Amino acid sequence: MSELKVTADKVVDARGTSCPGPLLETKRAIATIPVGTVLETISSDPGTKADIPVWAKKMGHEYLGTIEESGYWKIYVRRKK
Amino acid sequence: MTIMMYSGTVDKLLPLAIVTSGAVSMDMEVNIFVTFYGLLGFKKGMVETNQKFIKDFEEFVPMIKEQLKKKNIPSWYDMLKKAKETGKVRIQACSTACDMLDIKKGDLDPIVDEVVGVGTYLAEASESKVTLMM
Repeated sequence: MSELKVTADKVVDARGTSCPGPLLETKRAIATIPVGTVLETISSDPGTKADIPVWAKKMGHEYLGTIEESGYWKIYVRRKK
Repeated sequence: MTIMMYSGTVDKLLPLAIVTSGAVSMDMEVNIFVTFYGLLGFKKGMVETNQKFIKDFEEFVPMIKEQLKKKNIPSWYDMLKKAKETGKVRIQACSTACDMLDIKKGDLDPIVDEVVGVGTYLAEASESKVTLMM
């Protein structure tokens, strides 16, 4: 999904923490950004790239996609409510 | 979610903290009912110093301890405290087990909210979509 074109309004760098650290950081961070804006979570934990899309669906946010980098992932979610 | 926490060893306390943190991320309320050996894991002082693991796979314990350090995994206690700060987590101690182990509320770490009976646990469990025993 490297063609994903999205600009983040806030970035959470959760690299080096394992599951569910990045997910919890994402939950805390999304509460701090306005509805309609985009959060980027950077995670080196492979579980997180599976969890964030599921989490976003359950929480009513919009999962925009994931960019895979070398050894980590950038995961984008738009706050919807 | 309601969890009956029976065990007081690190190999169960860590998954307790992980699943609770995950649930908090999902906006789920978590009730943890701590009973039997679980209470020993929640005693003042013990929360930071506990190094007990189940005996069944004890040959793996040194490797696990090394990996926890190497991978920068926070202690179960720090993780559970953070989950409690972030979401709705209540930790309740079983009154009968407290009696049996001669543990008073004051002997338990302040992360434990209150001492309750099995009725409170059942009332909460019956309203929960997810119930676990660890």
